[in-house]
Amino acid sequence: MKQTFAIGIGGAAGQGVATPGDIFAKIFSRRGLHLNAYNAYQSIIRGGHTFLTIRTGPEKVTNMGDRIDLLIPLNQDAMNRHLGLLTEGAACIYNADTIKPGTAADGVQLCPLPVSKLADITRNKVAQNTLAVGAGLSMMGIGFQALEEVLAEQFKKKGEAVVAENVAIARAGYDYATSNFKPFGWPLPMTENRYAVLSGNTAMAMGGAAAGVKFYCAYPMSPSTGVLHWMAAHARKAGIMVRQVEDEIGVVNMAIGAAHAGVRAMCATSGGGFALMSEGLGMSAMMETPVVVIDCQRAGPSTGVPTKTEQGDLWQMLGAAFGDYPRVIAAPLDIGDCFKIIPEIFNLADRFQCPGIVLCDLLLSEGRLSVDPKDLDFNTVIDRGELVTSANGAPSGDGTNGAYKRYRITESGISPRAIPGVPGHIHTAATDEHDEDGVLISDEFTNPIKRRAMMEKRMRKVVGIEAAVPPPELWGPGPRDADVTLIGWGSTKGVIEEACEILSEQGISANQLQIRWLVPLHGEAILDILKDARHTIIVENNYSGQFARYLRSETSYVPSGCIRKYDGEPFMPHHIVEAVKEQLGGKTKLSVPAHEIMV
Amino acid sequence: MATALAATKHLVMADLKGKVDPDWCPGCGDFGVLAAVQKALVELQVPNHEVVTISGIGCSSNFPGYINTYGMHTLHGRALAVATGVKLANHDLTVVVTGGDGDGFGIGGNHFVHTMRRNVDLLYIVMDNQIYGLTTGQTSPTSRVGMKTKSMPFGNIEAPVNPISLALAAGATFIARGFSGEQKHLTELIKQGIQHKGFSFLDVFSPCVTYNHDNTYQWFRPRVKKLEDDSAYDPANWVAAMEKSLLWGEEIPIGKFFERTDVPTLHGAEPVLNAGPLVHNAAPIPPEVSRAFIEELM
Repeated sequence: MKQTFAIGIGGAAGQGVATPGDIFAKIFSRRGLHLNAYNAYQSIIRGGHTFLTIRTGPEKVTNMGDRIDLLIPLNQDAMNRHLGLLTEGAACIYNADTIKPGTAADGVQLCPLPVSKLADITRNKVAQNTLAVGAGLSMMGIGFQALEEVLAEQFKKKGEAVVAENVAIARAGYDYATSNFKPFGWPLPMTENRYAVLSGNTAMAMGGAAAGVKFYCAYPMSPSTGVLHWMAAHARKAGIMVRQVEDEIGVVNMAIGAAHAGVRAMCATSGGGFALMSEGLGMSAMMETPVVVIDCQRAGPSTGVPTKTEQGDLWQMLGAAFGDYPRVIAAPLDIGDCFKIIPEIFNLADRFQCPGIVLCDLLLSEGRLSVDPKDLDFNTVIDRGELVTSANGAPSGDGTNGAYKRYRITESGISPRAIPGVPGHIHTAATDEHDEDGVLISDEFTNPIKRRAMMEKRMRKVVGIEAAVPPPELWGPGPRDADVTLIGWGSTKGVIEEACEILSEQGISANQLQIRWLVPLHGEAILDILKDARHTIIVENNYSGQFARYLRSETSYVPSGCIRKYDGEPFMPHHIVEAVKEQLGGKTKLSVPAHEIMV
Repeated sequence: MATALAATKHLVMADLKGKVDPDWCPGCGDFGVLAAVQKALVELQVPNHEVVTISGIGCSSNFPGYINTYGMHTLHGRALAVATGVKLANHDLTVVVTGGDGDGFGIGGNHFVHTMRRNVDLLYIVMDNQIYGLTTGQTSPTSRVGMKTKSMPFGNIEAPVNPISLALAAGATFIARGFSGEQKHLTELIKQGIQHKGFSFLDVFSPCVTYNHDNTYQWFRPRVKKLEDDSAYDPANWVAAMEKSLLWGEEIPIGKFFERTDVPTLHGAEPVLNAGPLVHNAAPIPPEVSRAFIEELM
């Protein structure tokens, strides 16, 4: 099994959970360690309970894991919620002045810090946090210098005195732990690698910049707002026009307007905002103006649980807007993929002049992952498709004035798209059904023959899209006919992968079919893979098995069983492992694992 | 982005004739608005491939199909949002948005208010007929109290919106009202609206001859009084404009209510556009910039 180390920091919102988290993350990634961070939080600015898990190790860390090695509760509530879940070898560092420990399991080290003796708490209100970070690093076997450097960066703007004060407090915690607490059995190693640490939202925003997005607009909505924040902060350097719009209806229409005028345009939202955008997606399809919309799913329906994750928007994406039209829907598999998938979907949307939807979720959007900087490649292929711009649009052939047909019927269904401003290509793009030349066939000139021809023209693009997207592949330690094949989509890739590894170590051979492209689905290829499978289980973060229902509707395939979770929290590997064993033992076909951590 | 082709071509009315003729009812006020827009573009000599006419949905929103410029016939109420995107992506284009009172003040009311406060540089013409025509005669946001329609057969009990006052409050920088029955005057207002740098709002009385038997040509004609005929009226005076906007009844002012030129346009206020229209900037992000983006995360 992979060697990893996980820290859990819990406290009230506003108590400073994020800062120690950032410090640990920086120290780990600079040590050449991978990390994965997930913050379980509430829709509250001050108070409540928030719990940050940072898991690190020398190999890729794909999910939050099952175990906390070091717990840092910043208040009594966090202690009460989490201490009982620690197991042998773990430790808990806490402020002995204010927090009483409960009963810990055997082999769990309680590490009380006499905070008021070690630091002047009247001067520094977050002294307990800094002491705990120092103490924790000492127990992990990490030299103090690494912390000193990060603190210097963190407090640089506040002046040398503040830096010195914080370094002194951290040092006191570090030294106190060295003399009083037992170090962890596995000192954290060091590698030559260096990683960037980023959220899925940052990754998608940067992916947009790499894809050549020139127009980004949004209405703030958790958990998608991080995309707007990155875009807004980097707009001027990246040459991107970023607007905050009055509502999501305005957002999608503005983005389509910009796209129609010839630039790549993107927007992000969550399920509720997406619902407002859906009529606009139909416009994108009907006018054949490409736009990319990111949906960062959160627990629904309605306003739901704004700070919790779910994969509950799939059917909304499949059915978004009325009528039939070609669309592309992709679900990034991890935070690195959040970057990669944006240029890919833009190339498809541009080539096929249709909307592209990125189906992300809170787990990826707000989670953080170490990514090799080489994987954040801005030198990416950009394919704008059959776009007629002023540069290449000299009137010729069927581009002569009056003869240009924006919606020319072609075998591929793709018609060369001229942007406003190009001489000789004047046309009107309409949301009403229209003929090849853009004239409406919805009012005075309705015509069933023409209507059918235009429907078929647009829908022919589906064939091209399918050919342009690779089919999914089977992955995993087990053979094609492994004891169990786990099927997932999007963000569950990492946790299913780890569950497969654990199962294989326990003598149950397992492999994984993870779906990245939801539309086109490649049903035939999926059936071909699954025909050798002995026991298939679909794993997803929703109540009704939205993907299972979709797969069945497209292929008639019915899996042996399902594992579903809809409590707002992501899967942990043991949830899947235990459910698989339960199902292989014939106990049930539907497992709904309980989330043991009260967050 | 005038091209050699455009520079040599003198624009005439025939150049602006659409692929098909309007299917509006004979006598519809919208014919007059279409003709006035075409005349204004000819008088201003704006090359027609550099004009985008953008509409929502409704009788008057069929407008882009009837004029030979680039056009977008978008969703009901969304034309201004789409137009903002077009203008920000290519601010060299002349953007004219056309629609009706239901489209603009009803379903599109939110975008109307916000596009005005943003001072997006475009001309928004509302063909205001105080009725829903395409859906065969229901009450609109500008229908008068007491007006009987299919949706309010016992008379409208809701106060109408006052588009001019609303535009003044929302910060539009050019505000005017025209009448489809006053062609020359209307053409002049359209020219001024196109030339104004910022959001130009032009509310046009455009009678619906089929469904609105209250607000007819005959009803408007004796009532409309041109602001331009009052030499004491100063369109730079916002308070005076607000007072004038409240006049309704025996005397209804038409003409330019208000104009100010000291507010930056949305595209003018954004330094990202200093280098020129976005659409002409296809250059990828320089490697040193993308490296710095990644470095922030290390």
